[in-house]
Amino acid sequence: MSALKIFRDLFSHNGEFAIGLVLLLVVLAVAACSFFSPYPPMDVYVVPPDVPPSWEHPLGTTSRGQDVFWQLTFAIRNTLLFGIVVAILSRIISLFIGLISGYKGGWIDRVLMSINDTFVVIPLFPILVLFYFIMRDQMSWALLAVITALLGWAYDARLIRSIAMSLRTREFTRQAVFSGMSTGKIVLQEHLPFVLPIVFSTTMNNINWSIGIEVTLSVLGFTDINTPTIGGMIYWANQHAALVSGIWWWVTFPVVLVIMLFIGLFLLAISMNEYIDPRSRLSRLGGQA
Amino acid sequence: MRAYLTYLSKRLVQFAVVVFVGINITYLVTHMTPIDPVEQSISAATSFGSTSPEAIEMMRQSLRQLYGLEGSPWEQYVSFWKRILVGDFGPSLSAFPTPVSQLILRALPWTVGLLLVSTLLTWFLGNLLGGLAGYYRNSRVLRAFGVISMALKPIPYYVVALVLLIIFGFLWPVLPISGGATMASDRSNTFAFALDVAVHSILPVLSLMAVGIGGWFMGMRSLVSNVVTEDYVIYAELAGVKRNRILGSYVIRNALGPQVTGLALQLGAIFNGAIITEYVFGYPGVGSLLISAVHAGDYSLVLGITTISIVAVSATVLLIDLLYPLIDPRVEAR
Repeated sequence: MSALKIFRDLFSHNGEFAIGLVLLLVVLAVAACSFFSPYPPMDVYVVPPDVPPSWEHPLGTTSRGQDVFWQLTFAIRNTLLFGIVVAILSRIISLFIGLISGYKGGWIDRVLMSINDTFVVIPLFPILVLFYFIMRDQMSWALLAVITALLGWAYDARLIRSIAMSLRTREFTRQAVFSGMSTGKIVLQEHLPFVLPIVFSTTMNNINWSIGIEVTLSVLGFTDINTPTIGGMIYWANQHAALVSGIWWWVTFPVVLVIMLFIGLFLLAISMNEYIDPRSRLSRLGGQA
Repeated sequence: MRAYLTYLSKRLVQFAVVVFVGINITYLVTHMTPIDPVEQSISAATSFGSTSPEAIEMMRQSLRQLYGLEGSPWEQYVSFWKRILVGDFGPSLSAFPTPVSQLILRALPWTVGLLLVSTLLTWFLGNLLGGLAGYYRNSRVLRAFGVISMALKPIPYYVVALVLLIIFGFLWPVLPISGGATMASDRSNTFAFALDVAVHSILPVLSLMAVGIGGWFMGMRSLVSNVVTEDYVIYAELAGVKRNRILGSYVIRNALGPQVTGLALQLGAIFNGAIITEYVFGYPGVGSLLISAVHAGDYSLVLGITTISIVAVSATVLLIDLLYPLIDPRVEAR
C-alpha cells in the first residue's frame, strides 16, 4: 500500500486522525503566514497599541504596538520549530540508548537503564530552572533546545529497548550475527527499521512535551524573551497586565492556537499508534486483544 | 519474605542511584557551564549604581566560597557533596540571614499537602472512572468523559491553570485565585482556618486534576477492557457473582498494578506541574519559592530547592515501590 493511500484511508476512516490533521494544518498555515508578515517580528510600536480585533487588525494589537496576528505567526513558527528540534535531537539519543541497551543486554543494559530510570524519576523542571539561573543572559533558544533534548529522551528509550530486546531473539538477528555483521550494522540496518514507526508516533508526544516546557519557561521569563514564541507572547502580555486591563485578545489567541497544536499532535500520535499496533484499537473498542 | 527482601534491596539501590545521578547533574549544571556564576551575580548586583572596587572584591570572595569554587575540582566536588549530605545550603541571599533549609521547610507543607490531595484524588477518580468505562462500555456519560479528558491530557499545566484563572478570576469570580489562605487571617480558630485553606486550594487542585485525570482514565480503561475478556471474569459472570463485586475485586484489583507503577513513574512530572500551578495561583509552596528565588538571584536557595526536590521525589517513588506488594502480593524480585 502506498503511503498516500494509507494516508487517505486514515483520513476517511479514522476520526481522530482527521481532526488531528486538520488542527495541525491550521496551525501550520498560521506559521507559514509569518513569511508574508508586513512587520518585522522584533519591532514594537509599528501599529496603534491596544486596538481590539477589527477588520484592519483581525486579532487586535498589543500594548507594545504589535499586530497580534502577525506576531502570532512568528511565535507559533518558533515554538513549533523548537519542538521539532528537541524531538529530533532526543529521538537520536533515545534510539541510540534504547537499541544498544536492548541488543547488548547484560551489564551495559543495566547501567544504561539505571541512568534512564533516573531521568524518568527526577523532576526536570527545577534542573531547567537551575540551568537558566546559571546561564542568565547567555540562555539562547538553541541552547535551551539542546538541554531540553538532553533531559527528554528517557521514556522513549525504554520503549525502544523493549522492542530491541524482542528483536534480538529473532531468527534474522542470529543469522546476521553468524554472517559476521558488526553490532553497529545489525542495530542500524536490521533493527532500526522495526522501531521507526513507533519512534514516529512518540515524536508527536515529545514535540508536545517540549513545547509545554518551552511555553512554561518563557511565561516565567526564564528563556530568551526577545525571540517571539507563544510563551514569550504570554509573558509580555502578563508584564503589561493585559488581562487586568481588559486586553484579552493578547492572551486568548496565543492560548487557543497552542491548545489546537497540542490536541492536534496528540490525536495524530494516538491514531498513528493504532495504525502501527491495531491491538490497541481493539482494546479501546473493548474487543479481545 | 525472602523475595520481598530481594525486592527491597533492589529498590534501595535504585533509589541511591537516582539520587546520586540527580545530584551529579545539578553539580554539572552549576560547575561545568562556561559562564562564571560569580561574575554573573556581581554584574547583576552592580548594575544599579557604582560600587567601590574593594567592596566588589569582598563580594567576589564570599560568593566564590558560597558557590564552592575554592580549591581543585576534586575538592570542590567533595565539599559540594558534604554540604548536600548534611542539608546545609547556607544562608539565603534574598532573605538574609535565614538559612535556606528553614525557608524550604516552611514552604514544604503547602506543596506536600497540595500534591498529596490532588494526586490521590486524581489517581483514585481516574482509575475508578476508567474502570467503570472499561466495564460498562455502553455508558454515554463515561464516553463523553473520556473525550473531554482526552482533550485536556496533552495541554500543559500552565495553560490549563491560566484558563482556570481567567474563568474564575475574571469571568466568574467566586473562588479565591491567589494565595494559600486569606492574608492576616485568624489562625486561632482551627476549623475556620482549615476551611479557608481548603477553599484556597480548590483551583490549584482542580487544575492539577484536569491535566492528570485523562492519563489514568485511559490507562485503566484499556487495562480493564483487556481483563474483562479473561476466562475467570467470564466464569464469575456465569456463576452469578454480582457485577459490582466482579468489577471491584476481580477486574480493577488485577488491573491496578501497572497503574501504581505508572504513578511512581509520573511523580516527577506531577511535581513539575505543581511548581507551575503554585506560581500561577500564588500558592506559598516550594514552587513559588523557587521562582521568586530565581528572580531575586538567590543561588543557594535555588540549589537547595533543586536538590531537595530530587531527593523528595525519589524518596516518594521508593515509598510507592515498597508499598506495591500490598496491592499486588504476587510481586517477585524482578
